[in-house]
Amino acid sequence: MSEYFHSVRLTPERCKGCVNCIKRCPTEAIRIRGGKAKITEARCIDCGECIRRCANRAKTAVTDSLDDLKDYKYNVALPAPSLYSQFSADVPANVVLCALIHLGFDEVFDVALGAEIVSDATVEYLRRPDAKKPAISSACPAVVRLVQVKFPELIDNLIPLEAPVEVAARLIRSTRCRELGLAPEEIGVWFITPCPAKMTAFKQPLGAEKSSVTGAIGISQIYGELLKAVAVVPRDANCQRATARGVGWALSGGETSAAAAANSMVIDEIHNVSDVLEQVALGKIKVDFIEALACSGGCIGGPLTVENRFVAEHRMHQRLAKMRAEDEARGAAPAQYHPDSSLTEYDRTIEPRPIMRLDEDIFKAMYKVEQMEKTLRKLPGLDCGSCGSPNCKALAEDIVQGEAVETDCIFKLRERVRDLAQEMVGLAAKLPPSLEEREDD
Amino acid sequence: MLDYVLKGGDFDTAGEASSKIKRILQQIGVRSDVIRRIAISSYEAEMNVIIHAYSGVLRASIYPDRTELSVADEGPGIADIDLAMQEGYSTAADHIREMGFGAGMGLPNMARCSDEFSINSVAGEGTKINILIRHS
Repeated sequence: MSEYFHSVRLTPERCKGCVNCIKRCPTEAIRIRGGKAKITEARCIDCGECIRRCANRAKTAVTDSLDDLKDYKYNVALPAPSLYSQFSADVPANVVLCALIHLGFDEVFDVALGAEIVSDATVEYLRRPDAKKPAISSACPAVVRLVQVKFPELIDNLIPLEAPVEVAARLIRSTRCRELGLAPEEIGVWFITPCPAKMTAFKQPLGAEKSSVTGAIGISQIYGELLKAVAVVPRDANCQRATARGVGWALSGGETSAAAAANSMVIDEIHNVSDVLEQVALGKIKVDFIEALACSGGCIGGPLTVENRFVAEHRMHQRLAKMRAEDEARGAAPAQYHPDSSLTEYDRTIEPRPIMRLDEDIFKAMYKVEQMEKTLRKLPGLDCGSCGSPNCKALAEDIVQGEAVETDCIFKLRERVRDLAQEMVGLAAKLPPSLEEREDD
Repeated sequence: MLDYVLKGGDFDTAGEASSKIKRILQQIGVRSDVIRRIAISSYEAEMNVIIHAYSGVLRASIYPDRTELSVADEGPGIADIDLAMQEGYSTAADHIREMGFGAGMGLPNMARCSDEFSINSVAGEGTKINILIRHS
């Protein structure tokens, strides 16, 4: 068993060994070796950027499937708020939710309810005098992992609250265990996910020793069946949705408005997040709260969604407007679960996982840095990626780590070939002394 | 030893030198909280040259147990160093402040982040700052 579980995987038959994924990976975790993309597990943060970039669909996310439901006596679906955005706003929320019952679940529990609880806990947390500012939301697992590997100095800035799905799972699992008299292992709790990072989070929890979520099923994986189900589910089907406040979490900025965080900053897309965290580390960002999301537009832009992210965003805005009107008419206050803090609190601290260090021994590391700088100066600096490393700097690093050689660079190789050819031409012109004409004759 | 040549008013490359220094410290495996102090000091030093001076050189000497930063610039110099060391005191022009710089925290930040800090300045000639930060 490897140290890290990752949801993002490669289908080798489909990989052409092109450079699209290696060039976009925010942690430079991918190399092309033997004509195939190879993920360095310690560096991967499961953001799914490579899934999005791969034109050959060679990168996939391992998720669970509906077949796995049969191993449990009672199955609960936990749909991500972003699921709503995959359907026109004309499809009522209860129909979207109840379509999941049609697919074989015994019950549907809206993760947006968990989002409401986390929003309340965030409001509380931001008021605490010991909260380290800027407080960075830990709702996006890819962002949490980015902090672990690239910004370990910011770990204390992460808000120590569980993500909405974990909170929802804890709540429904404990309630149903009690009410139905089932053992925890008899209940399957499944996240209907827009992203691979969540899948990884359940297999390798970030804040809890063991996740309350059994597994994750990608939205794209069941979308076809959902579409069919939505058409036949009665309009008055009884599935309760959360309020617009929780559902809004699907969009970039939704968490910030749900937590009514005043002096706040919203960043989406993983490279943007990385750039801004760089500035946070320098102490330049003077805000109280940062909502950072790996996907463009927020969870609606997740790699396992089906709808175009802008279409999804538009639909979500329309649906939220409707929901707000309904909420107001009903006088619906956000769900009152009076959550005790055990629902949202982390069971353990998040450890740094720095990836940059070249050697455990500081003297060796310093030597390697020098060698790397020297090697880098010799490389062409075109960052073409043909060597299988994402850029010349990464190749220089791979060379000092003994994982690549200078002639992996096709320009260096051509130089060597040219030098050799010139030497051969020079040698070919040479005659033995017996045939050589002497000037002094 | 790493030398970076800095040019006053060149905001396009502002911060590049300090992020290179930070990357190298990460590769060496210096503790992340120490790196953070070095990164903040070098960034503030770099920005000071860009905001206030005509030109300068930022030098980072990295040893296994410590990092020394020195920045020497040709510029207007600082007339009253004690005043400049006060938080919030700034001589930056309005257009610089509008960009979010020149908040008067540069020198105090550098002093706060470093284990040893010295500053010499001659009005009309330039400023030289030496910073030492221990790795443990």
